[in-house]
This record gives sequence, C-alpha cells and structure tokens, in this order.
Amino acid sequence: MTIQNPNSFRTGPDETGHFGMFGGRFVAETLMPLILKLEQAYEAAKADPAFHKEMGEYLTHYVGRPSPLYFAERLTEHCGGAKIYLKRDELNHTGAHKVNNVLGQILLARRMGKKRIIAETGAGQHGVATATLCARFGLECIVYMGAVDVERQKPNVFRMHMLGAKVVPVQSGSRTLKDAMNEALRDWVTNVADTFYCIGTAAGPHPYPAMVRDFQCVIGREAREQMLEREGRLPDSLIACIGGGSNAIGLFHPFLDDKSVEIFGVEAAGHGIPTGEHAASLTGGRPGVLHGNRTYLLMNEDGQITEGHSISAGLDYPGIGPEHSWLHDIGRVTYISATDKEALAAFQLLSKLEGIIPALEPSHAVAKAVEIAAAKPKDHLMIVNLCGRGDKDIFTVADHLGGMS
Amino acid sequence: MTTRIDRRFEAVRAEGRAALVTFVMAGDPDPETSLDIVRALPKAGADLIELGMPFTDPMADGPAIQAAGVRALAAGMSLRKTLALVRAFRAEDDATPIILMGYFNPIYVYGVDSFLADARTAGVDGLIVVDLPPEEDHELCKPALAAGLNFIRLATPTTDDKRLPAVLANTSGFVYYVSVTGITGAAIPDYGKVTGAVARIKRHTDLPVAVGFGVKNAETAEAIARGADGVVVGTALVEAVRLSLSEGRATPATVEAVSAVVRDIAAGVRRVSKKAA
Repeated sequence: MTIQNPNSFRTGPDETGHFGMFGGRFVAETLMPLILKLEQAYEAAKADPAFHKEMGEYLTHYVGRPSPLYFAERLTEHCGGAKIYLKRDELNHTGAHKVNNVLGQILLARRMGKKRIIAETGAGQHGVATATLCARFGLECIVYMGAVDVERQKPNVFRMHMLGAKVVPVQSGSRTLKDAMNEALRDWVTNVADTFYCIGTAAGPHPYPAMVRDFQCVIGREAREQMLEREGRLPDSLIACIGGGSNAIGLFHPFLDDKSVEIFGVEAAGHGIPTGEHAASLTGGRPGVLHGNRTYLLMNEDGQITEGHSISAGLDYPGIGPEHSWLHDIGRVTYISATDKEALAAFQLLSKLEGIIPALEPSHAVAKAVEIAAAKPKDHLMIVNLCGRGDKDIFTVADHLGGMS
Repeated sequence: MTTRIDRRFEAVRAEGRAALVTFVMAGDPDPETSLDIVRALPKAGADLIELGMPFTDPMADGPAIQAAGVRALAAGMSLRKTLALVRAFRAEDDATPIILMGYFNPIYVYGVDSFLADARTAGVDGLIVVDLPPEEDHELCKPALAAGLNFIRLATPTTDDKRLPAVLANTSGFVYYVSVTGITGAAIPDYGKVTGAVARIKRHTDLPVAVGFGVKNAETAEAIARGADGVVVGTALVEAVRLSLSEGRATPATVEAVSAVVRDIAAGVRRVSKKAA
C-alpha cells in the first residue's frame, strides 16, 4: 500500500483500490482478470493525450460543456443569506451529469475493442446516457433496470427504447437499483469476452470508483474556474445530492484540498431516518461489503442488505461510493440528509423562483442549500450541483401533489 | 495438518472414484427441514457437503439458488443459525466435511475472528467465499487458514496460467473449478474442455480438483467425473427442494426428493472407475 499524502485528500485510492479502509475489489474470480485488464486500459488511456483530446472534443460539441455556473438571484433573495450559484449539469445532452462518465467509459470500451455494453440504471438517467452514446458509436446496449423503477421512470424507458437499447426489467430482490446492479454483474460474469460494464456511479470494484470520479471531475474543475472568474475567489461552500455519489464527488474532488471550502453531501432521508425507510447509507448504515467494494451500507444485524427508500429512484440505493465513506470518516465532507417531503418542496420552489425544474435527486441538495444559505452571511458563496433536470419526474411529483394543480 | 476434507478426498481416491460434493442452501425451505435434508445427504451418496449461507444479493448465482436463499431468509435463517445447523449435524456425523459457501458481507458483519472461532467450534471444515479473490486474501483467507479451516478457491475459464499460481497460493482442501463463465445453474459446459482445464490446474497444484456448474443428473455427473477428482452439484438439489414444496412450505416428500437426486447423481459419479491400471 502507498502512504497517502497526509497534506492532500486527493491522492486516493492506493494501488489496491482503497480509500482508507473503503473500496477494494470484492468480486468473483471470473471477473477479476477483467477488472485488472480494465484498470490497465484506463491507466494507459489516462496517460494518453489523444484520449483526453478526444474526450474534450465530445464534451464540447456533443455534451455541450462547459455547463453554466448560474447565479440564482431569486432563490438567493428568498433565502436572504448566501449567494447561491447553480452548477447546471442538467443542461448537458441527455439531461444529467451521467453523460460525463458514460462518454469516458464508452471511449475506453472502444479502445479496448468491446462491442457489447451493459449498464444498470435507477432513475434511468445513466441508462439513457449509455443508450445515447451506444447509439452514437454503433454499440450494442443492454440496460438492467429494477421493475419498480421501470414503472416509476417510464419516460426514460421510452427514451432508451428510442435510442435502440434493450431494457431488461429486473424482478429479483427489491426490484430497484441494487438488484439491477446484481443482474448486470451476472450478465458480465456470463459474457466476459466481448462485454464492457459501464457502471453509472463512483462505486463498485476498483478501478470504477476512481475512474468514474475522474470522468465526473470536469464538473468541479469548471465550477472552480467559473467561480474564480465571476467572483475572483473560491466558493465558501459546495452542496450536492448523493445516491452512489458520482455527481457529488465530481464537484467536490477538485476542492478537497481547499481548506476554506465547506462541503456538504445530501443523502435521501425518504420518510425520515427514524422510520428506517430511507436511503441514507452514511447517516443510517454501517460499513459492509457489496457490489465489489467496502463501504457504508444499509443492512440488518445479520449483514443482509435492506431495501432503501427514496421518492427519487436515482438515490434509492442501500450503498454509497467508497470515497464518500472515507471522506465521511475523516470528516472532510459533512453528510446530511433531506426527506422526500423536503425534496418535493425544493422541487417546486426552484421551478417557481428560477424557472428551472430540477430532477428529484438534486432537489434534495436544493432543499438543504436553502436551509444552509439562510444561516450564512450575504458574502458567502455557495455552489449547488444541479445534476439533473426534472422532466422525468413530473408524473411522480404530480402523483404526490395530488394532480396538476 | 490434515483436515476432514483432506481425509475424505484421500478415502475416495483409495476407493478409485471421484467425490460427490453436494450444495444445499442452509435454512431452505426452513431451518428444521434443512437440517433433515443435510443429515440425509451422506446416506444418499454425498461425500462432502457445501452449505450455502443465504445472502440477499448473491451476485454470482442464477435464479434457482437466488430463490433458495430468499426462501431461507424468509424462514428466518441467519449466519448464526447456519452455524447452529452445522453443530447439530456434527453431533451425529464426525466424518463428512462441511464447507460453508456464500458471500463476504454476513461474515464481515458477524466479525471475522468470532466467525472463524464459532465456525471451527461448530465443526465447519472449509469456506468458499465467492466475492473474495486472492487480491483480498488478508480479509478472511489468511485468518481462516491460521484458524485451521480450509479456504477453497474458485478457478474459472478466465483464470489463465499467469494468474493460476496467485489463485492457488493460499488455497487448501481442494480447488473448485467453475466450468463455465456465468452464474450457477445456467450453461452446460463443454466436457472435453473441462478435462483439459482440470489437467491445466493440476499442472500447478497437487490438490484435488472438483468441478461444478452444469451438473444436472447422473449422465452429466458421469461425464464430469471422468476428468475431475470431484463433482459439485447444487442447482439440481435446490430445484428438487422447490419442486417438493406446497404453497412454499416443506412437505413430507421434501427430504426424500433431495436424497433421490443425490442417489441418482452419486450413481453416475460411481460409474467412473479411477483405479490405477
């Protein structure tokens, strides 16, 4: 193991894929050689300027980056405290931050000569992004999606079909994101020769947590530059929602060593932490091993994984990326949570005040941003990661609000 | 140090045949019936017993074994009760090796040291933990070996000659060759290739090699037994459990349904003579 530089929070993982005690490579032997090959291929791509150039071209002309850093004037007035900026990754092609990571992984799959792409999806945003890039590059695409999520995120299922992907509804277990991930792993273990597993969040066996983070760091790098340009200094706080936590780590990572920047991650508290019906792994879980990594998990006393609950399908996962578990334990990032109700209120607030309909996932971040901003002075600069747009959620929200009133 | 597993493979080799390794899920369909099923296995022809530790998220298992785990958990099975089941079995049978097979999280949550101590006291002989490759040996494999338990590793078609030594380094008891890339209960292996693969593994180790995945009946067991030191059957047995149930509950036919499949497969295994010419 390498000793991590004690002066930096940005050197992880070590060469065995650990962030402190978290991470690792807990996979079946069949997959181990594939994961080692992936790691090699990623290291080679990372060192190859041609890969970065290709990535940059597509980020600019296909994804539409950089995404704006928008000063939310009316939301700021409403809170009466900190100056709130929104990092608008919901304006990306396909409507969320997911595409940043998928682009990187698909370009890597092409370098590795893989023709068949599999993915798991919760809210469907990662599935749509994967289906989109597979269409763009003429690759076969199979998306595993929990049957419950297929039902509650229908618009995204239609989009994936339109893009030529095969969507497989997963009927096992709780029929949500974790089961979709199990099924994707079963597919991968069966189709080892030609298949690339495009994981949608900064979790799973090494090198996925680091690789997905690296691809998402474009969010934080841009935000940093944009804030320096707009305000001539760094932000005072960052806030992002967390399911697996890829949008959050993408925003946070480039700021981890800036000690003046306060960082908040917002988990989904569902019906409330005390009810047990939530998806807040850090707040309500403990360390365990699932889906290839050691991380905080929701489970019972026997180590059986329990079902998360969140109104947002994208946050409804009983685990979290291992780097967040580490950042939580060492205290660099403060992890808090927002309930379904708070997220719904924030969803409406942002829509009405700024004319921006956020996805239910970042609505959790907006909910807590509003609270925190109100308690901060007016010269406090805050960035909220608006990682997805809410088109996919309008029916869910309408259901909860009792119609389209 | 020899273990029950070493002694059993030695005894079976002396009989000039391959060993039959049977997998059932602990607690399936309920803890009591499960103990009866396990108790009946040796008489039906099982040489070694793999006992599944049920887990909510069995990533390398097909629908049949997933369903067995769901039944067991619904009936209140836990890792603690699985160890109790082994203890009860061991009170009557001190010779048949028992290997616990499953995933790491329940063990990790139980606590590695207390788990190993309790498993050893209960009479467990070996462990197969699917999601612990050699890269994670410090987690459980090395402590298990130190505690006197065998750690049985899976080798697969993707484990090439370069990687085999790492996979075999801390393996003991036997090597479990997974004959296909895929989940349990899915594909049928190419038997010719299996024999070649076993021979390849044997060039790297003196341990017995047992082959699993794709053993469904006496014929397939016979085909595998020709090229291996042991034949592992699992999905066919948990399917026998499922088919014997009435409204999800055990019936008087359940234990015998599993025994019947084991007898059939044991007969297939025993048709192959491995006596030195």
